[in-house]
Amino acid sequence: MRAGMMRWLRDNKALAAGLVITVSIVVLALLSLFWVPMSPTKMNIAQKLKGPLENGFSSGLLGKDHFGRDIASMLMVGARYSLTVALASVAIGAMIGTALGVTAAARPGFTGAALGRLNDAIFALPPILSAIMLGALMGPGTTTAILAIGTFMIPVFARVTRGAAMQVRARDYILAARMAGEGEVTITLLHVIPNIASQIIVQVAIQLAMAILTEAGLSFLGLGTPPPAPSWGRMLADSQTYLLKAPHMALAPGLAIALAVLGFNLLGDGLSRLIDPRRRIER
Amino acid sequence: MSASIARTLPFFSARPAVLLSALMAASALSLALASPAYATRSDLKIGMSIEPAGLDPTIAAPVAIGQVTWQNIFEGLVRLTEKGEIKPQLAKSWTISPDGLTYSFTLQPGVTFSNGEAFTSETAKFTLDRARGEKSVNPQKRFFAAIDSIETPDATTLVLHLKEPAGNLLYHLTWPAAVMVEPKSADNDKTNPVGTGPFTLKSWTKGDRLELTARKDYWDKDKKVALSDITFRFINDPQAQVAALKGGDVDAFPELGAPELFDGFKDDKKFIAYAGNTELKVVAGMNTARPPFNDKRVRQALMMAVDRATLIEGAWSGLGTPIGSHYTPNDPGYVDETGKLPYDPEKAKALLKEAGYGKGLTFSIKAPQMSYATRTSEVLQAMLADVGVTMNIVPTEFPAKWLPEVFKGHDFDMTIVAHAEPMDIDIYSRPDYYFGYQNPAFNDTIATAEKTTDDAKRAELYGAAQTMLAEDVPALYLYVLPKLGIWDAKLEGLWKDEPIPSNDLTGVHWKD
Repeated sequence: MRAGMMRWLRDNKALAAGLVITVSIVVLALLSLFWVPMSPTKMNIAQKLKGPLENGFSSGLLGKDHFGRDIASMLMVGARYSLTVALASVAIGAMIGTALGVTAAARPGFTGAALGRLNDAIFALPPILSAIMLGALMGPGTTTAILAIGTFMIPVFARVTRGAAMQVRARDYILAARMAGEGEVTITLLHVIPNIASQIIVQVAIQLAMAILTEAGLSFLGLGTPPPAPSWGRMLADSQTYLLKAPHMALAPGLAIALAVLGFNLLGDGLSRLIDPRRRIER
Repeated sequence: MSASIARTLPFFSARPAVLLSALMAASALSLALASPAYATRSDLKIGMSIEPAGLDPTIAAPVAIGQVTWQNIFEGLVRLTEKGEIKPQLAKSWTISPDGLTYSFTLQPGVTFSNGEAFTSETAKFTLDRARGEKSVNPQKRFFAAIDSIETPDATTLVLHLKEPAGNLLYHLTWPAAVMVEPKSADNDKTNPVGTGPFTLKSWTKGDRLELTARKDYWDKDKKVALSDITFRFINDPQAQVAALKGGDVDAFPELGAPELFDGFKDDKKFIAYAGNTELKVVAGMNTARPPFNDKRVRQALMMAVDRATLIEGAWSGLGTPIGSHYTPNDPGYVDETGKLPYDPEKAKALLKEAGYGKGLTFSIKAPQMSYATRTSEVLQAMLADVGVTMNIVPTEFPAKWLPEVFKGHDFDMTIVAHAEPMDIDIYSRPDYYFGYQNPAFNDTIATAEKTTDDAKRAELYGAAQTMLAEDVPALYLYVLPKLGIWDAKLEGLWKDEPIPSNDLTGVHWKD
C-alpha cells in the first residue's frame, strides 16, 4: 500500500506538486472566511512599509503595505477574490464553450461552420482589451472581470470539446445508440459528454491558471475588484513605486500569483498525463 | 604593438620636450574652457508628467499649456514672481483712478513678437478684446468681464474703463490666460505660438518632447536669459521620471509624480530635492444638492472623521499642508481653519446619528486615476469606515469621464480632485458649479471682495469667506499638494514654490 503510493507519487510528480500548491491556496482562501492574522482593510499608517517581522509580530509575517495594512492577511483574502473570479469565469467558459463545442460537432454543416467562425471572432479579442471595453460600458468591478475573462474562455473550451466530440462521435457505440433510435440530444448528453469529460477537466485546470493571471492583470490596471477588497493585482500595482524602499510589498503578491499559476498549470499537466493514455506511455 | 603607437604618436617616445609643451598647451586650453565664459552649459532638459494638448493658454484651460509657454514664450502686461508678487512686464507702469474704475498702463516701447510684429497698445487692445469678446473661448473669460471699454490714446498707452471696481484685475492679468498675442498669428498659436517672450518654439514631437530656442531680438535687455535651448520631455510614469533624472535624460523635474520616490534624492549630492508650495488644493467635493449631503450635519460629521495629518502621511508620504478651507497658506488673507471641525470620530458618530444615519451611511466617491486621488480615497475610505460610513470607490477616468459625469452632469455623491487654480474660492459662488453649494451670504462676500481694491479689506473679506466654507464644508478640505522639485545641483534659478502652475525658465542658469 505504502509502496504503491510512493510509486504513484514518483509517476505523478507534477500532479502531486500541483495538488499540494492549489489545495494550500484554496485552504488559505477558505480559512480567511473565518480567521485572518490581522484585518486586511485596517490601516495603521504608523506601521507603513514595515518589513516582515520588523517590529515583531505586530508588523506581520509578510510585512506591511504603504497604508500599514497586513500583507499576509491581504494575500489570504485576495486569494479568495482571485479564486472566485477564476472559478466563475472558467465555469462560464466551460459551460457555454462545451455546449457550443458539442453542438458544432453534432451539426457539422452550416451551424458548425457558423459556430466555428463565431468562436474565431471571440478568440481574436484579447481579454484585457475586452475587459477595458466592458469596464467602460458597465463600470469596472468583479462582475466585469468575470464576464470579460469568461467570454474569452468560451472559444478555448468550444475548440477542445468540438475536436474531442468529433472523435467520440466516430465511435461504434454512437452508431449503435443511433440505431437504437436515440435522438441527437440524448446521444450528446448521455454518450458524448461523459466520454470527453476528462479532457474538459484538464482544460479547466489549465484555464484556471490563465484566469488567475488575467484577473491579476485586470486588477493591476484598476479594472478588477474595487478597494478596499484586497486583490493581488492591485497590491502589485501599488508596490511599483516602493520597489526600492519596500521590496517585500512587490514580492509577496508577485510570488503568490506565480505560485498559483504554477500550481494550476502543474495540476492540469498532471491530470492530462494521468488521463491521456498516449501521454502515459511516453514516460 | 608598441611600434605602431610610436608611429602614430611620434613624440611619445622620441621627444619628451614636445610632449611637455603639448601637455601644457592642452591644460591651458582646458583651463580656458573651464572658465565661466566658455564652459557653462546653456541647454536644459526639463521633465513634465503631462503633455499639453496645444500651446495657446488663452484658448484652453489645462495647466500644462501655461507650464510650457508662460513667461518662456508668452508674456503678459504684468507678471507674477516666485513669491506671488505682481511685477511690471509689458506694462512699464500703471495708475488706478481713486474710484477704481480706470486703469492706465504705460507700455514698454520697442517690444516685438517673435514674428517681427511690434507690440503696441493696439495689440494689447486686440488681445483683451479677443479674451472678453462674445466668441471668446478664453478659459478665464470672467476675469475680463469687468472691462467696459478700452482706449489707446497712443502706441504706449492703454486705458481700461471698468463697469465696476475689480480688485483682482491686475492679479488676473498675470495669468497665462491673459498673455499678449498678436492679430496675424493669434489663430495659429495653438500649434505655432508667437509671443513676446525670450524663447520660441523650435520643434514639437508629440508624445515625447518639445524644444524651445532663445530669441536673439528679445526686448528685455535687463533680463539675463542664460539658456539657449530648452527641451521639455513628457514622462508620465513616476518610475521612468526617476530613471530619466538619474540617467541624465532630464536635468530637472519640477513636479515629481510620486512622493515616495522623492526621499531617494534627498541624500544624493548630485541633485537638489525641494518640497515647495503650490496652489493644488486636494478637496473631496460633495453633491450638496442631493441627500445625504444636503444635510450640513452629515458633511460636518465626515469632516470630523478625517485625521488630516495621518491622511497626508498615508497618501502622500507626509508631504503636504493640511487645509481647513478652499485656500492655501500662500494666498493673501489665509486663515487657518483646520481647527474648525477637528478630528473627533466620537462626535462624528453622534452627529451622524442626529442626522438620522445612526445605523450607517453608504455612498460612492468618483475618484480619478491620479495617484493622489486614488490613494487619498483609500485612506478616506478606511477613516470613514471607523465611524460606520461605507464609501465605495468608483474609478472615474479624468478628464474623459469625470468632466461629463461629475463636473457637467452633477451625477455623483462625492468626488476628489486637486483644484489647481490660485485664489479660486469664488467657484463656490458660481451658480452651476459641481458642488451645488448655495449660500447667499457667501456669494455677497465674494462679490464684495472682487469689487474691493483695498488689499487689506479684500483679504479680510476672503478670510470671512474661508470661515463660511469651513463651517458649511461643501467639500472635505484635506491638504495642499507639495511641488516636489528635483533638479541638478549645478542648476540655479528654478522656481521652488509655485504661486501659479508654471515653469518660468527665463532666470535659469548653470553654475560653473
